[in-house]
Amino acid sequence: MVAQANLVKTKTSRRDFLKVSWGALAGLVALEVGGITMTYMRPKLVEGEFGSVITAGKVEDFPPGSITHISNGRFYLARLEDLGFLALYQRCTHLGCNVPWDQEKNTFVCPCHNSQFTEDGSLINPPAPRPLDLFPLTIEAGEVKVDTARPISRQSLDPSQVVYA
Amino acid sequence: MSELTPENTQAPLSERLRRLAPSGVPQDDRSRMRMVVDSLVLHLHPTKVPVQTLSWTYTWGLGGLSALLVTLLAITGVFLEMNYTPSPSQAYQDIQALRGDVWFGDLLRNLHHWSANLLVVTSVLHLLRVFFTGSHRSPRELNWILGVGMLLLVLGANFTGYLLPWDQLAFWAITVGTSIINYLPLIGPFLSGLLLGGPEVGAPTLLNFYALHISFIPIGIVILMSYHFWRVRKDGGLSIPKKAGVIQEPKIERVTTIPNLVRRELVFALAWLGIILVWSMVVPAPLEGIANPDISPNPAKAPWYFLGIQELLLHFHPFVGAIFIPGIALMALFLLPFYDFSPQSVGVYFRSQRGRSLAVLGVVFGLLLTPAWVLLDEFLLDWSAWLPSWPSLISNGIVPLAAVLLVLVGMDEIVRRLFGAVNEERILFLFVFIFTVLIVLTIIGIFFRGSGMALAWPGTNLIH
Repeated sequence: MVAQANLVKTKTSRRDFLKVSWGALAGLVALEVGGITMTYMRPKLVEGEFGSVITAGKVEDFPPGSITHISNGRFYLARLEDLGFLALYQRCTHLGCNVPWDQEKNTFVCPCHNSQFTEDGSLINPPAPRPLDLFPLTIEAGEVKVDTARPISRQSLDPSQVVYA
Repeated sequence: MSELTPENTQAPLSERLRRLAPSGVPQDDRSRMRMVVDSLVLHLHPTKVPVQTLSWTYTWGLGGLSALLVTLLAITGVFLEMNYTPSPSQAYQDIQALRGDVWFGDLLRNLHHWSANLLVVTSVLHLLRVFFTGSHRSPRELNWILGVGMLLLVLGANFTGYLLPWDQLAFWAITVGTSIINYLPLIGPFLSGLLLGGPEVGAPTLLNFYALHISFIPIGIVILMSYHFWRVRKDGGLSIPKKAGVIQEPKIERVTTIPNLVRRELVFALAWLGIILVWSMVVPAPLEGIANPDISPNPAKAPWYFLGIQELLLHFHPFVGAIFIPGIALMALFLLPFYDFSPQSVGVYFRSQRGRSLAVLGVVFGLLLTPAWVLLDEFLLDWSAWLPSWPSLISNGIVPLAAVLLVLVGMDEIVRRLFGAVNEERILFLFVFIFTVLIVLTIIGIFFRGSGMALAWPGTNLIH
């Protein structure tokens, strides 16, 4: 009750009310301008190649135990021994270098800081902090399609990540 | 211009034209001072300056040299714009054309490249000079902050400019450099997308970096530089050099700016222009093969001024090595005048006799401990193997960071107990030590890292 009485006692003058209103409106404008500037600078929606769905090829084109580099998609299509597919983003999860596949050593070896990954992208050697990222993969009408819009990071290999024909 | 009087309004044309020309070199002090006030450019200076601040061995002309380099970069940059298109299909050929087809294109590009690299060096040396003479303290705290801000802009200008040739060196240095942004918590990936204009370095990145390089950053530098010069005047000019241990403020004797300061500046600027010109005529700016997103060079190195941080990345988890440590160091740098504020030793190099010894000690420790630690970490230490159950952020991040901090605290204790160092001397020692570590790490990163970023003797598998 005492608090309420205090509230009632203070009177806001018209001047003060208008000042606060102007300030609030100015704050709103600043937020809007900031928001518009950020949105203006957002990456443009990429049409065509990298950033959209890429058809890697037919299911039969990829023998089990093979790693195929799909250059325009920036990923490696791994067909595991159990016939499952994984689309591995070629970007090293350390600092973004292109990780080439070494056929002899049977590992991905990054030339920048020597991070190493197995054939399913699992991490062997730091400084990379996690396995190679994946792209969502679907098989439609016998063709392997990879959505390169959003890479998926993971901490380890999970059976649910592998796609079967 | 001389004044209009009833007599000379009717004067012949030659007389009236002569009024446009300056009245010749002023011969007495009063007209010298008048000339400074009457001139737009010279008015940056006061009419008289303390004679002690003219001493070259006090400032070494580093601030002035930096300003000269910024001007040279602006002029060469503007002319380079006439022969460059920021598109992946065009950029590389434009640089090749500058070297092959455009008259003096090679010289122009070299001037721009070497001035840019020299500017990084002079900016840092200028920062060191200001700190070592205590000139960052009151009343110059704001100017210090402006200066550190400009250092960041200079690094930004160098970084954005680095991408523009669109060769392998540029493409991968910027890929590695911008990947670090992803490690910023919460806002990292968003900021990275904004800067790159997409998921990876590509055409939008080149355009963004070009806009930053020729507009945003130069405008920022001009604004900060103007404010910085204004603040120098407002703060009473340069700090007055003093001998260590002297309590009494030195008696200030002033001399006219013209000719004492202006002549020195002119000679200094001309000498340096000559050096930079000859260097640019003889040493070419590097250019490798055209950028290839499919092939990362081995090793892939950031620009040389960032190789200290890249070296840190080889010893710490990326968040600790690239975000946390540099972030804390940068904040400590910005706030320096607020915890290192003793007003007595302003103008004294290294604060005192003891300060001088401690500075030398800091350098020695830095030179010895840094290679020792790098070798130790390369061949002996393996935090993530010793603590496999802990996430790498802790085992490879927090743990080695704690070890390093322990060493710093230990050294501070030694300096305090063994030498009886006071606060400002302890800060000086730690600053010199940490700076030396950064320099040694940068040198290791440039010369001693080869294929796969493994330690290698210089000259074996090095790209540049």
